[in-house]
Amino acid sequence: MLPLVNTVAELTNEEIKRYSRHLIMPEVGIDGQRKLKAASVLLIGTGGLGSPLALYLAAAGIGRIGLVDYDVVDETNLQRQVIHGESSVGVLKIESAKRRMLDINPHLQIDTYNVPLTSANALELFAPYDVIVDGTDNFPTRYLVNDACVKLGKPNVYGSIFRFEGQLSVFYAKEGPCYRCLFPTPPPPGLVPSCAEGGVLGILPGTIGTLQATEVIKLLLGIGEPMIGRMLLYDALEMSFTTLKLRKDPNCPVCGVPHDAVELIDYEQFCGMPAHDHSNYQSSNGAEIPVPEISVTKLKSRLDAGEDILILDVRDPHEWEIVSLPVANTLQIPKGDIQAAKNALLAGRKLRDESVLAQIPDDREIALLCRSGVRSAASIRFLWEAGYKNRLVNITGGILAWAEEVDPSMPQY
Amino acid sequence: MPNIKIPTPLRPYTDNQSQVSVAGGTVGDALADLVNQYPDLRAHLFNGDELRNFVNVFLGDEDTRFLDGLNTDVESDDQLRIVPTIAGGS
Repeated sequence: MLPLVNTVAELTNEEIKRYSRHLIMPEVGIDGQRKLKAASVLLIGTGGLGSPLALYLAAAGIGRIGLVDYDVVDETNLQRQVIHGESSVGVLKIESAKRRMLDINPHLQIDTYNVPLTSANALELFAPYDVIVDGTDNFPTRYLVNDACVKLGKPNVYGSIFRFEGQLSVFYAKEGPCYRCLFPTPPPPGLVPSCAEGGVLGILPGTIGTLQATEVIKLLLGIGEPMIGRMLLYDALEMSFTTLKLRKDPNCPVCGVPHDAVELIDYEQFCGMPAHDHSNYQSSNGAEIPVPEISVTKLKSRLDAGEDILILDVRDPHEWEIVSLPVANTLQIPKGDIQAAKNALLAGRKLRDESVLAQIPDDREIALLCRSGVRSAASIRFLWEAGYKNRLVNITGGILAWAEEVDPSMPQY
Repeated sequence: MPNIKIPTPLRPYTDNQSQVSVAGGTVGDALADLVNQYPDLRAHLFNGDELRNFVNVFLGDEDTRFLDGLNTDVESDDQLRIVPTIAGGS
């Protein structure tokens, strides 16, 4: 493949010394390093994947690196987002990252964009950059990054992680398939847990993010075999790397049409979920009745008043071990077990009495609890589907809200 | 018997098995046997009798959608793989 960058920027003597390990390799050389200096790369997200990307691309001497993120560093990030440190907690991630990158390499231009990526700003943000790198954490933004890259004819260096598994590809519609050729539509909301819900090995984004950085350099210099038309699957527990062939779908709704005809859509609507926690997105499914909510303070005062409320904690067993509500009347059944029991009941495979549903009373008020309130709300819908008519309420904000507002001595995770 | 590799997000529905041996001469038969062994998987893979279109089944390194879909022949020593949609990155 031809290099993406054909212009060069002159190197100072100081830079020639800094990049000497690159310069002595013929595949990079002085010409390649000048191209890297003239190149521009936009990183979407400065978190798990964005951290190693930003560190290594800065060290490698990419002349202009853009960072898009609106979030601030918090303690739960530090297990994997290695560009940030304790001293950056509470600081904007883009500012924390910029500081570290300029410490590694002061010869760079770092552009920071303190905004959520949206259909309204994506094309303008992407336009000045040679390569776009997708290090986001949600489906709406992944579809948006793909479609905007197809429209602008830019390569999208894709990485995605979950627990111990990672994926890597380069979606470049000019040369091969796009993200939509493989994943035409997103899974329904709630089917695939996020890293915040499902967890992630802290080292995993390091592995996948550095692989993405490698692909960026290869694309810019036109060396080696880029991951266009291929997907790497990494399984950290098996320590296996598997490469799959990806095909361009001639009927792809995005890269199967002329690229200037691609229209960016409402990706939150498309995926049925918000793209970020600043979103105003509300599910527009009119048939869906909102789940009744109870705040942690209200719940505490009702429990203190001696009211008969059963707490149903739908988190997974390893989470119960981290912290649990100090309430005697608590039942612990994971959301997945409730869902499976509901499915078995509706499919006629198991009676209510033969499953975990037998433990869940249908004649008293139950307040459902999870980490942040998402899985517990979903569990209420499962119980409704299974025929529960008693009062089921969702504890808003989950056990995190309890630790925040009721008992600050409790650990948060 | 052919093997199906199960991705992490679907393992809660296969008793946490990462590989399942299945019977069947085609991709469709193999998946039917898989959901027969683990009925809770059905709703995640199928909408009625149709494979959900975010579910990607690979035979070796080939996407079965570009082979013969559910009618693709499967040999007894073949490795099938369900490739998940995952979005994590932060």
